[in-house]
Amino acid sequence: MTTSPGFTKVAIDPFDGVAEEAGVAKPDPIVVADGVTRRFGGLTAVRVDHFEIQREVITALIGPNGAGKTTFFNVLTGFDKSNAGRWTFDGEDITGTSGYKVAQKGMVRTFQLTKALSRLSVLENMKLGATGQAGERFIAALFRPRWRDQERQITERADELLERFTLSHMRDEFAGSLSGGQRKLLEMARALMSQPKLIMLDEPMAGVNPALAQTIIGHVKTLADEGLTVLFVEHDMDVVRTICDWVVVMAEGEIVAEGRHSSIVANPRVIDAYLGAHHATPLDRAEQDRQLAEADEELSRTED
Amino acid sequence: MDWGQILDNSISAAIRPNAIIFALAAIGLNVHFGYTGLLNFGQVGFMAVGGYFAAISVLEWNVPLVVGWLVGLLAAGGWALLLGYPTLRLRADYLAIVTIAASEIFRLSVMAPTFREVTGGADGLSGFNDDWNSLNPFPSGTYGIGFLKFSAAETWAIVVGWTLVLLSVLLVYLLIRSPWGRVLKAIREDEDAVRALGKNVFAYKMQSLVLGGSFGALAGIYFVSQQASVVPSNYSTAQTFYAYVCLILGGTARIWGPVVGSMLFWAILTLTNDTLRELVANDYIPESIMDPNQVGQVRLMLVGLGLILLLVFRPQGLLGDRRELMLEPS
Repeated sequence: MTTSPGFTKVAIDPFDGVAEEAGVAKPDPIVVADGVTRRFGGLTAVRVDHFEIQREVITALIGPNGAGKTTFFNVLTGFDKSNAGRWTFDGEDITGTSGYKVAQKGMVRTFQLTKALSRLSVLENMKLGATGQAGERFIAALFRPRWRDQERQITERADELLERFTLSHMRDEFAGSLSGGQRKLLEMARALMSQPKLIMLDEPMAGVNPALAQTIIGHVKTLADEGLTVLFVEHDMDVVRTICDWVVVMAEGEIVAEGRHSSIVANPRVIDAYLGAHHATPLDRAEQDRQLAEADEELSRTED
Repeated sequence: MDWGQILDNSISAAIRPNAIIFALAAIGLNVHFGYTGLLNFGQVGFMAVGGYFAAISVLEWNVPLVVGWLVGLLAAGGWALLLGYPTLRLRADYLAIVTIAASEIFRLSVMAPTFREVTGGADGLSGFNDDWNSLNPFPSGTYGIGFLKFSAAETWAIVVGWTLVLLSVLLVYLLIRSPWGRVLKAIREDEDAVRALGKNVFAYKMQSLVLGGSFGALAGIYFVSQQASVVPSNYSTAQTFYAYVCLILGGTARIWGPVVGSMLFWAILTLTNDTLRELVANDYIPESIMDPNQVGQVRLMLVGLGLILLLVFRPQGLLGDRRELMLEPS
């Protein structure tokens, strides 16, 4: 980024003055969710009271396995139904809106298990990502002049993105012949074809070699620099530390902590969530007595 | 052994109406299964709906046959909507179950005495194709190229039929090369990924079901028009699977696959049939092994054997791309 001489670029921290606590309000949220609940039979997989995603920054959603990250993700993106709650995207209520409409509005997601469309070429995969194509309507599809120019523009954009994601040499190969890492890149690039406002990546670094992970991190950073909002689910705390402006921690379906990376790693609730409650802190005498008394009371109640 | 005659018969079988009917039905299945990944096991239901509605509209409502054709196509479109609406949001196998069941329900319903007045029961309907005959521009006589000889009526049926096949192939070609076709192929690969890219997957699957079903209906309508009758026993579930055989033989997800496959299927069926008959008649095969009545069954066994060999040595079909097949999502 170039800055005029004489001025030093001062990064304005959008989280200045934002309390580092679960469910905190942000100055400029792109997504606001309230009371989102998802139950599977007796199990409540997601129970989020309040959640906001700040615009144009990288937010990480972390948490141990089974914390409900992907379910929450699926509900917000319209790939799963919620039992309760409302949520908005860019000021518009999108509660219960189906997945494809959410994507059309500019909130695009990728999947934990990459979904390369195997028997389509890499280029076709990319072109599919573009929204508002005239040639995707049945009648218009029959008449090439109706979509030829648009198709050319889409192809150009696809080629640019392929270049940027170092997939140009695979352009005309079947996507099924790509390596696992290349598929991850393709899926990100394809999602960008729709020119989204918010991109939600479900474990983009899972099962990827360290070198490629660095590449993906680089791409994610660039996206945020270009004004895209990024939310991603991730396990690797190193990755989270390197690129995330804000970290949200989920455990047992709830958001238990929010904040910058530094405060998150020191937060006892987060450590509890990952390692189990009271893993390392020995109980003091009073606490131990209190817990024993509680247990006794419980026992005597059940005996009655 | 009259090898010349056997060869004549086999080649003309590849051109006769049966090959046309199955080419059209298989073109529909190619749209469903080959391009969209929809498992339609009741293509014969679309054929029956098309054929019956065309015949009934001529006989009952006294419309010209051409209007009857349109009624048949519209009815098949409605049939597709009816079957697709509850099933296309579910996993692929539900469509398979519902289509095969629905095709049987339709066949048994038109056979039922309750509807005999309208459908003709087990005897079916006839006498609706005066228009078909009067439209025939060929004066009576024999037509053909080289050793292929057809009557005027056959020639008319063949000309109309192959025109329909070519137009259908053209339509599928135009659609599949377009962005619309790209969405269809993507749905075949992974519909969640397509949904995540902002496409209304349900609507595309429905369009595909209606389009492919219409080709099935066209096959059925053409069938009843050229043979001048519609009989329920022609619409057994086996017909759907013969159409699948044609499709796989020619090559799935290939524009010409279903057409080549259907021609080949009928040529092989006739070749094995006639050869076996000649062998039995000339005592090359003794009666103790096979009598003439068993030829019909044995030829299907041979076709089955041929299919197995095809799947082993050329799983992609005649026109398919083996490389593409190997990428099939597991």
